[in-house]
Amino acid sequence: MTTTLPTIAKEAVSIEIGGMAIALRTQNPSFRQMIENRYAGFLGTSPSSHFEFDIDLYEPSESTPANDDLEVKIEEGEWLLQRGDFRARWNPDAGHGQIRQACSPYAIDCVLRIIHSLLLARQGGFLVHAASAIRGGNAFLFAGVSGAGKTTISRLAPPDAKLLTDEISYVRREGNRYLACGTPFAGELARVGENQSAPLSALFLLEKGLQNSIEPVGAVEAVQRLLRNILFFADDPELVELVFQSACEFASLVPIRRLVFVPDQRVWDIIR
Amino acid sequence: MMAEKYVARSSAIAARLLGGEMMVMSTADSTFFTLDEVASAIWQAADGRTPLSEIVAGKICQEFDVDREQAQRDAARFVDELSQHGILLVSDQPLMESSPSPESR
Repeated sequence: MTTTLPTIAKEAVSIEIGGMAIALRTQNPSFRQMIENRYAGFLGTSPSSHFEFDIDLYEPSESTPANDDLEVKIEEGEWLLQRGDFRARWNPDAGHGQIRQACSPYAIDCVLRIIHSLLLARQGGFLVHAASAIRGGNAFLFAGVSGAGKTTISRLAPPDAKLLTDEISYVRREGNRYLACGTPFAGELARVGENQSAPLSALFLLEKGLQNSIEPVGAVEAVQRLLRNILFFADDPELVELVFQSACEFASLVPIRRLVFVPDQRVWDIIR
Repeated sequence: MMAEKYVARSSAIAARLLGGEMMVMSTADSTFFTLDEVASAIWQAADGRTPLSEIVAGKICQEFDVDREQAQRDAARFVDELSQHGILLVSDQPLMESSPSPESR
């Protein structure tokens, strides 16, 4: 269950991704400005948000080595998210959370990814390591690990394609179909995606090759490859099951194909 | 004579039949398995009450063209492997079934 908070306070910035508005409240004007710049195009226009976080900033100590291990778990009914550069608590039912973090954009970016992945898991959706784009009213996902070609396929996109992201795609379930939504989570292109969404037509597993071709993928491989690319942070059996079932559902409703491609623009001629 | 084995699906798993193949994932460590037809039949019959030898004789040997002794050895190996990952529970006494049949999902 989500709670809609009444009004965003003056110092809060609302970031809306996939139709989910999260208000971030900070008393530091320069940090607020940084958030507004980084998430430009995804700033909420609605006066209310689904969740609200108070951010408490600190300067990282040079004497304390950063711990990069990420931990995401439920503790006393609240989600606890922590890494070397942040520690956050979030109560989804109350619609509220606190973030104590280093004064850096990476910490808040990671917290937002985790929050969205947890929210999507309950709704049959997910965040996935994939570029995505809308063309002709349909969305396409291009999934792969680092080096598979997400940035390349994004760079090669024709002018009539709207790039939703070159790194982390947002997949939301809506009845018996899936929507791909733009995200501000950028990869090598360092460019936020278009804040748009469209019904998903296909997911392509990227593979660089000597010629352009689209090949069928068996159900098991499709699910396995999809699971490998879904962003999953929590060490929680219930969520593992939700993500597994979501991947299976997705594979049963959306065509998953292997896209073998050479890095030139003609690859987009076969994407339908 | 070997002691009888009873097998039951663990509750710490997620399973799904898709495209004719059974996929099983441990929710404890995210280990992913795919089961072939024979393994899938054993998996689905693992109700904790039916002895493994009876599953093999009454189901596997009836539905598949396999030698009974070979099928018993293969079934024992399969059950051992999945039990090591906590996906199947094995006992020399009848067990309560922990997980509903994946076909009912």
